[in-house]
Amino acid sequence: MHIMEGYLPIEWCVLWALLSAPCVMYGLWRMKQMIQQDRRVLPLMAVCGAFVFVLSALKIPSVTGSCSHPTGTGLSAAFFGPWITSVLGTIVLVFQAILLAHGGLTTLGANVFSMAIAGPFVAWIVFVGLRKTGKVGLGLAVFVTAAVANLVTYTVTSLQLALAFPADGSILSAFIAFAAIFAVTQIPLAIIEGIICGLVAKYIVRVKPDILKGLGVIGDEEIAKIQGEAA
Amino acid sequence: MNRATLEIILGIAVIVIFVVGTLMLIPSGGEGEEGWGGADGGAADMIDSTGYEPWFNPIWEPPSGEIESLFFCVQTAIGAIIVGYFFGYWRGAKGRKESE
Repeated sequence: MHIMEGYLPIEWCVLWALLSAPCVMYGLWRMKQMIQQDRRVLPLMAVCGAFVFVLSALKIPSVTGSCSHPTGTGLSAAFFGPWITSVLGTIVLVFQAILLAHGGLTTLGANVFSMAIAGPFVAWIVFVGLRKTGKVGLGLAVFVTAAVANLVTYTVTSLQLALAFPADGSILSAFIAFAAIFAVTQIPLAIIEGIICGLVAKYIVRVKPDILKGLGVIGDEEIAKIQGEAA
Repeated sequence: MNRATLEIILGIAVIVIFVVGTLMLIPSGGEGEEGWGGADGGAADMIDSTGYEPWFNPIWEPPSGEIESLFFCVQTAIGAIIVGYFFGYWRGAKGRKESE
């Protein structure tokens, strides 16, 4: 989903940067508040950030004969919501833009918007919605959340490129062409990412449930059930 | 075997089947690396075909594919160390609490 350096006309770079910057700033502020309130969330936050690092570095071959990578933002979106996720995602994108020439500094705003804001935001709404029903277990909910975060990210990237490069003046046909490159490749990867995140979420409940309980992600009853499975 | 272990084994199996299955079933479409290029590059190629010229170049690029993979490894390693450290720490702390 990285839009490469220089591949977005400057007016779009500015627009996406202006949209992303306030979200990341607000995320930083929320992050600071949360850590001041309770320092015990810090390790879990680090693990979620590390997850974005690991998963977004794995280039996995997919059915269309090209490779792409998961985003890893679903776990953080489910646990911490989209704002803090936007900060974690931005850290990774800056690392990749500077050291790997993967993505870019001019396109950073657009990449942050798709991977660190739009994807996690939609995914977080899905997660909260699923959990509100009270019928979906944590593992399954995180699975869906991570897959949605991944797919939305790539859909938004396709849209960003289509807006900047409409084919023969039509944004829709350009969107379909870009989506064919990204979104279809991404479906199997979204499932893989979902499986990994779902398993990890359940593992965290088994070894360290109190942080998640503090965040209001999970209740006592479900913790006991998931821990019982490990016995 | 308890359900937790079973879940992890199944999860890993599904992922391996997915990846290996893909590599076996889909013709790579080109010789060597070409056929399995990145989707990001695919989109860039499509933009190139419209005659668009990138207006800005990366301030620094890894001098070769090997060095690029070095930095990808570093990225993964940083993440894996953090995840491994805290998972191990939590597990150890939980074990201590239970044995008391």
